[in-house]
Amino acid sequence: MIPVSHILILSATLFFIGMYGFVTRKNLITMLMSLELMLNSVNINFVAFNKYLYPGKLDGIFFTIFIIAVAAAEAAVAISIIINLYRTHKTIDVGAATELKH
Amino acid sequence: MTAHQIIFYCLAALILITGLLSVTCPKVFRSAIFLLFSLIGIAGLYFWMEAEFIAAVQISVYVGGIVVIIIFSIFLTEQAGKETRSIHPVRTVFAVLAALLGMILTYLTVLNYDFVESNEAFDLNIPRIGNAMVATGEGGFSLPFEVVSILLLAAMIGCIVVAMRSSITKPDEKKLTQSITEIDEA
Repeated sequence: MIPVSHILILSATLFFIGMYGFVTRKNLITMLMSLELMLNSVNINFVAFNKYLYPGKLDGIFFTIFIIAVAAAEAAVAISIIINLYRTHKTIDVGAATELKH
Repeated sequence: MTAHQIIFYCLAALILITGLLSVTCPKVFRSAIFLLFSLIGIAGLYFWMEAEFIAAVQISVYVGGIVVIIIFSIFLTEQAGKETRSIHPVRTVFAVLAALLGMILTYLTVLNYDFVESNEAFDLNIPRIGNAMVATGEGGFSLPFEVVSILLLAAMIGCIVVAMRSSITKPDEKKLTQSITEIDEA
C-alpha cells in the first residue's frame, strides 16, 4: 500500500520540474510544454485526493476532466499565437517580441 | 515490496526522468517526444490508481491531441533540429535554487500533514460519471460542464481568428476595386 504522501511528492516534483523548465526556457513551444507538465501534476493530485481521501465522491475526477478541457483550449490558443508570432517575427524566441516595451 | 508498489515506483521514475529530460533537452523535437513519454507515464499512473476513465481521457486528449499539435507547430515554425538558445548560467543556478527550495518546502508540508485516508472502496464506474456530468442537483456538475463548453467554443473561434492569414482578404479587395473600375469605365 502506497501512502498518499508519496503520490503528492511525485506530483510536487513534477510541478517544480515544470516550473524550472518554464523559467529557464526561452522558446515559446518548450515553455508551453513545461506548462503542460505543471497542469498534469495538478491532475495527479486531484485524482489521488479523490481516490485516497474521499473515495465516495467524484469531485476530484470532475476537476481533472475540466482541467484537461481547459488545458486543451489553452494549448490550441497558445499554438495559434505562436504561429502568428512566427509569421510576423520569423522566430518564436520570447526575447524577440518586445514591441510592447517601447 | 509488493508488485503494486514496484509498479508505482517504476511509473514515478518514468514520469520524472522523462519530464526532466523534456525540460532540459536542447533540441525542441526531442523534448516534445520526452513530454509524450511523460504523459503516457501519467496515464499509466491513472490506470494504477484505478481511474480508468481519466487515463483514457489523458491518452486521447494529451497524448493524441496536445502533443500532436505541439509537434505540428514545431514543424510549422521550422524548429525541429534547431537547438534552443540557453539562458545565462547565473539565471540557471537561480532557477535550480528556486525549484529546489519550492520542492523542499512542499515536501516538508506534505510529510508533516496528517492525511486521514478513507477505507471505503473507490468505485468509479463510467455511468456514474456520465450521470453526474449532466445532473443539476446535489453532486451534479452540469453548470461547470456548460461553462467549459462555452469556453471551448470561444477558444476555437479565438484560435481561428488569431491564426487566420490576413492576406486572404487582399485578393478579394483587389478584385472588388478592379470590378469597380471596370464599372466606372463602362
